[in-house]
Amino acid sequence: MSARADVNPMGNPTGNPMLRRGRGALAWLRRNLFSSATNTLLTLAALYALWKVVPPLLDWAFVEAVWDAPGGRACREAQGACWAFIADKHRFILFGTYPFEQHWRPGAAILVFVALYGVSALRSCWRPWLALAWLAGLAMIGLLLWGGAFGLPYVEDERWGGLVLTLVLATFGIAFAFPLSILLALGRTSALPAVRVLCVAYIELIRGVPLISVLFMASVMMPLFLPEGLMIDKLLRAQVALILFAAAYLAEAVRGGLQAIPRGQYEAAEALGLSYWKMTTLVILPQALKIAIAPLVNTFIGLFKDTSLVVVIGLFDLLSTVKTALNEPAWSGHGVEAYLFASFVYFVFCNAMSRFSQRLERDLAHGQRAQAPQAGRAG
Amino acid sequence: MTPALPAAARSGEGARAGPPAAGGARALRDPHLRGLVYQTGLVAAVALIGWYLLSNAAQNLAARAIASGFGFLGREAGFAIGETTLFSYAAADSYLRALGIGLANTFRVAAIGIVAATLLGTLVGLGRLSRNWIIARLASIYVEVIRNVPLLVQLFFWYAMISVNFPGPRDAFKLLPGVFLSNRGIVFPFPQAHPAYNWLPAALVTGAALAWLACRWAARRQARTGAQFPVMSTAIVLLFGVPLFAVLAAGAPLRLEYPVLGGFNFSGGAVLTPEFAALLAGLVMYTAAFIAEIVRAGVISVDRGQVEAAYALGLRRRHAMRLVILPQALRVVVPPLTSQYLNLTKNSSLAVAIGYPDLVSVANTTINQTGQAIEGIAIIMLVYLTVSLSISAFMNAYNRRVALKGGARA
Repeated sequence: MSARADVNPMGNPTGNPMLRRGRGALAWLRRNLFSSATNTLLTLAALYALWKVVPPLLDWAFVEAVWDAPGGRACREAQGACWAFIADKHRFILFGTYPFEQHWRPGAAILVFVALYGVSALRSCWRPWLALAWLAGLAMIGLLLWGGAFGLPYVEDERWGGLVLTLVLATFGIAFAFPLSILLALGRTSALPAVRVLCVAYIELIRGVPLISVLFMASVMMPLFLPEGLMIDKLLRAQVALILFAAAYLAEAVRGGLQAIPRGQYEAAEALGLSYWKMTTLVILPQALKIAIAPLVNTFIGLFKDTSLVVVIGLFDLLSTVKTALNEPAWSGHGVEAYLFASFVYFVFCNAMSRFSQRLERDLAHGQRAQAPQAGRAG
Repeated sequence: MTPALPAAARSGEGARAGPPAAGGARALRDPHLRGLVYQTGLVAAVALIGWYLLSNAAQNLAARAIASGFGFLGREAGFAIGETTLFSYAAADSYLRALGIGLANTFRVAAIGIVAATLLGTLVGLGRLSRNWIIARLASIYVEVIRNVPLLVQLFFWYAMISVNFPGPRDAFKLLPGVFLSNRGIVFPFPQAHPAYNWLPAALVTGAALAWLACRWAARRQARTGAQFPVMSTAIVLLFGVPLFAVLAAGAPLRLEYPVLGGFNFSGGAVLTPEFAALLAGLVMYTAAFIAEIVRAGVISVDRGQVEAAYALGLRRRHAMRLVILPQALRVVVPPLTSQYLNLTKNSSLAVAIGYPDLVSVANTTINQTGQAIEGIAIIMLVYLTVSLSISAFMNAYNRRVALKGGARA
């Protein structure tokens, strides 16, 4: 531990050894900001840039900002940001064209989503009942959004929109793409050549093309490939496209985990006489998925961000409602504020996932380090 | 629990396979034969689904009287394209030419974007490792914020910023003499058009070839005699000097054409349209955040002992960097960097959302006009697959060069 004291968090030695000692604010400043001539110059340059950028930005975002402007008139005269736009349009941005008096339903659905995410993030809740909780939660969300029972009027999914649609696309996307990706990854590492070739071809094909082309395929081409008379609505087609796309990327993350499993594990499982599926589900996957958690969560974040692309095929997700709200003449010209708000919402969800993945990675790494000597002693 | 499993597994499989014939029981347990059966089943199922979908498509196309095939490529496109750098294009040209222009636009934004994102990403990545607390903080805030916001939102943000919030050409921001920033994009001085510039591509190739030969010669000589040669500076001089000399020798004017404000817009010089500028800004900033993390991981991966050993040998900082640190860091950096370059190229397809005429955007217009959805999407996918596979082949070849060679020599 003592060796780390003279190394800053980035792992670099902190310059002049005379400066490493000492406590207090002054020593900290000298160590981290003014340790050498170049460092001092960098600090001054950065401070100057911040001084030039931050105060005008704060001025724009808070001091001069307009928070309430009926009809948008006050915004046109003001110098600052027009947050009144968000205040005026927040119902549309969050819930899209969902019937106005029924807005509590998508609102409740968002809460159920967040509750499900929260429960899943707690490792103490990683028990079989979690799968049941997810099933129940997703069923409840479906009931809330579609309605048609318990006195809730039916709302067709064409009218879903806003944040709730983004959450639906992302969550159902992950829920279906993940199992599919496990099959693809197993297929890619399979000993059967035909299975391997098919899985490799699928994964490489999907990973080689942009998501936008897969979405176009779903929106334009898929109707051509279905028998006449069978129509699948736009939301489901986009959802299928997202699932097929995400599965290829998730499969590569799972494969990374599979490849990290030592050969001995396979050999031991085979020596016990386990069949392929028993070996896979009891021995290999539990270890491989644990290793793959960090890249998997990163791919989940990617999928969450990618749902924003459905705007190009005309679905009303969060980004799309923001964009549509800007079309109103009273508020046009406030794109910067609108997209900053959209960025903020996406950031909150993605940052939470990324924080969670970092913490989990650290915890699991600690777990492995703590277990290793024990295993050694036992052996 | 464990000893019970094999029996259970086997009986389970027997049950799944149905009642076996007398000699069939052994055959069913033969893993080789069973594998063969599984694979035949899978291939047959995939083929069957494929055939089903294709026959549906054929029926639907016949019902809608859409002729399949690529014959439409020769027909007149009839739509204008906003940006046609490098090649000429008019609405009367064919769809094929329009798609070619789109592809050129994709390559233009991807090539500039890759270079700029690499530079910015390296700066930010090194910034995160800086001893300077403010710089390290700023760099990590940049990475955290940019990575967690969808690229498309960023593109819309930049586009709104440029096209709405920037002033008109009359009160454009003047960044440098002759460089103006307005809601019509960015204008900057550019060499006047002259036939001499037709020699530029050939001269560039010659310069690159000469530089490569010089590097090889220097490496051989050093291997033979140990004498060093200033390879880096020679290569730079050859790379840039040969084209410059060729163009000047052919009589190109040594003058830049400056943009001038006339009427409602600038004329002269070169212009980056708001669409291109927004797309480039979004792609570069987004990809740079990912590249920064890769660079950081690469630098951390080089053992401190390697640096200390290099200094102990008396290498200068510059040489230690080039001969010891970089080659080892690159080994870690190159594979993920390749996939970032591919991502940038694929992400450039988001251009369609802000109206930059890249390949996807032109193909989309083509699909809407002709109804040839299958062919249009097939073209998009084929082009991106080709680009993806060739970039990864190129980078794999490079990766093989920088990979550890210890095993082969030992």
